Amino acid sequence: MAQNGIQARFALDYGDFSLKVDLDLPGRGVTALFGHSGSGKTTLLRLIAGLNRTRDGYLRVNGVLWQEGKQFVPTHHRPLGYVFQEASLFAHLTARGNLAYGMKRAGNAAMGRDALDQAVELLGISHLLERRPHQLSGGERQRVAIARALAVQPRLLLMDEPLAALDLKRKREILPYLERLHDTLEIPVLYVTHSPDEVARLADTVVMLEQGQVRTQGSVSALFSRLDLTLAQDQDASAIIEAVVLSHDDHYALTRLKIAGGHLSVARLQRHVGELVRIRIHARDVSLALDEPGTSSIVNILPAQILELRELEQAQMVVKLGIGSSEQTLLLARITRHSCDRLRLHQGQSLFAQVKAVALMD
Amino acid sequence: MGLGFSDADLQAIWLTARLAGLTTVLLLIIGTPIAWWLARTRSRLKAVVGAVVALPLVLPATVMGFYLLLVMGPQGPVGQLTQSLGIGLLPFTFWGLLLASVFYSMPFVVQPIQNAIEALGERPLEVAATLRAGPWDRFFTVVVPLARPGFFTAAILGFAHTVGEFGVVLMIGGNIPGATRVVSVQIYDYVEAMDYAQAHWLAGSMVVFSFVVLLALYTLNPQVRRF
Repeated sequence: MAQNGIQARFALDYGDFSLKVDLDLPGRGVTALFGHSGSGKTTLLRLIAGLNRTRDGYLRVNGVLWQEGKQFVPTHHRPLGYVFQEASLFAHLTARGNLAYGMKRAGNAAMGRDALDQAVELLGISHLLERRPHQLSGGERQRVAIARALAVQPRLLLMDEPLAALDLKRKREILPYLERLHDTLEIPVLYVTHSPDEVARLADTVVMLEQGQVRTQGSVSALFSRLDLTLAQDQDASAIIEAVVLSHDDHYALTRLKIAGGHLSVARLQRHVGELVRIRIHARDVSLALDEPGTSSIVNILPAQILELRELEQAQMVVKLGIGSSEQTLLLARITRHSCDRLRLHQGQSLFAQVKAVALMD
Repeated sequence: MGLGFSDADLQAIWLTARLAGLTTVLLLIIGTPIAWWLARTRSRLKAVVGAVVALPLVLPATVMGFYLLLVMGPQGPVGQLTQSLGIGLLPFTFWGLLLASVFYSMPFVVQPIQNAIEALGERPLEVAATLRAGPWDRFFTVVVPLARPGFFTAAILGFAHTVGEFGVVLMIGGNIPGATRVVSVQIYDYVEAMDYAQAHWLAGSMVVFSFVVLLALYTLNPQVRRF
């Protein structure tokens, strides 16, 4: 009986570094392997690719066994695509030669050409194909490297911090392409990163790694609102929310969004009605009121319930809120302990969250 | 007698070219796997093998020649083997000289290739593996083209060093026209016979040849290395 998704069990011990994971990952969508450097996320990715090897690993990808006991499918027989941190293009080949290298070997030339055309189109590199790697910018090189990994028509795409070696400007250049990837790819993607921002933009599921162990696994919005993790305690702590475009108001240049348990009005988005968008609301942009504020310049006021409170340093508090009756949408608010005491905030309390700013993620 | 070379000179030049050419081809075939292993192994034997390969760099040719003579001689293991195979003994034959040259020029071929492979690192090979290339495929489509300057240097140095060999030739090959009398030995003969005019032709040619080879190496290689 074929099982979907990715089942991975690995244990290794290098003395100064050990890794022990037992994961069941979704068979589609983007899963972020998230953690600090040294948390083992790259090692895990390399184990999945077969670039590193443990004696007693187990790996099954969408029903196909890649490793179990002595059975070990070598990397070049695994139907995967791999994007390294540095583009690592072959210096002796043009961009086109780099793309063709894997495509030729992956078999099925006709389908391969389609995959190639698609990858070239998706990453916007058609004008770069005749250039050699040294004639490309860092961002262009990485785009070619991503297209090269896609041109082999992988069943699993592995990406090892594809943006980490790039400066902010190049990152901004590539992120839209990655977001397109997220929207169009049908295969599972494992994306290694240490950047909360990339997780918020790109991932559907997050596996958080710490010292070679899985700290937690879940949806992006659940992870970002876990008060026991540093993400929610950070200055930039924020809630990640999926929303649907409901309508546009051209007179006031506003767009109305539907979220689970309520509505939000934001500055006019260039999106079609019905489109799914991902938004980010910083904890510092959310304030709390016990009574519904009747007259306020703040447009977005949502009835909420306090799910959890946590004290931070310097007399600060972070409050986790559930929006609406079913509390499907999670929101964070960062307030002072003074306000918290004055309002006598406690778990289970009903109140109103005032949202001062909403940022679109993609 | 063209260009001031005697027939014996031309024979020696042809012999030298044949010896150096064959040595280079053999060394590229034998030396590449050794260089590959040296560049990538984590074995403790690496230092030992590396030192053995480098021995000809420091040993006098007479020492190398002496032991090769013993090994290939009637009592030596190689001599016993060649005799039992019906080939006879190798010393004082072209093939014996070839075998000695392969040892003597080995570091000049192995080390540049080893350096080039080390400089490549693991990454291009890993990339190729994720693009479905098997081990041999990776070697010929990634390592060889990317390490080409290293192979180029190795071939030139291997050839030039074999051409410039003298001591080992004397010890192993002696001085047999058409079989072991290479250019360097021929020059020695002329000088012994006080025939400086003939010696000049060959010696001068060697200087020009060596200079051109090294010039080619130093001017072409940076260009190749640029990408």
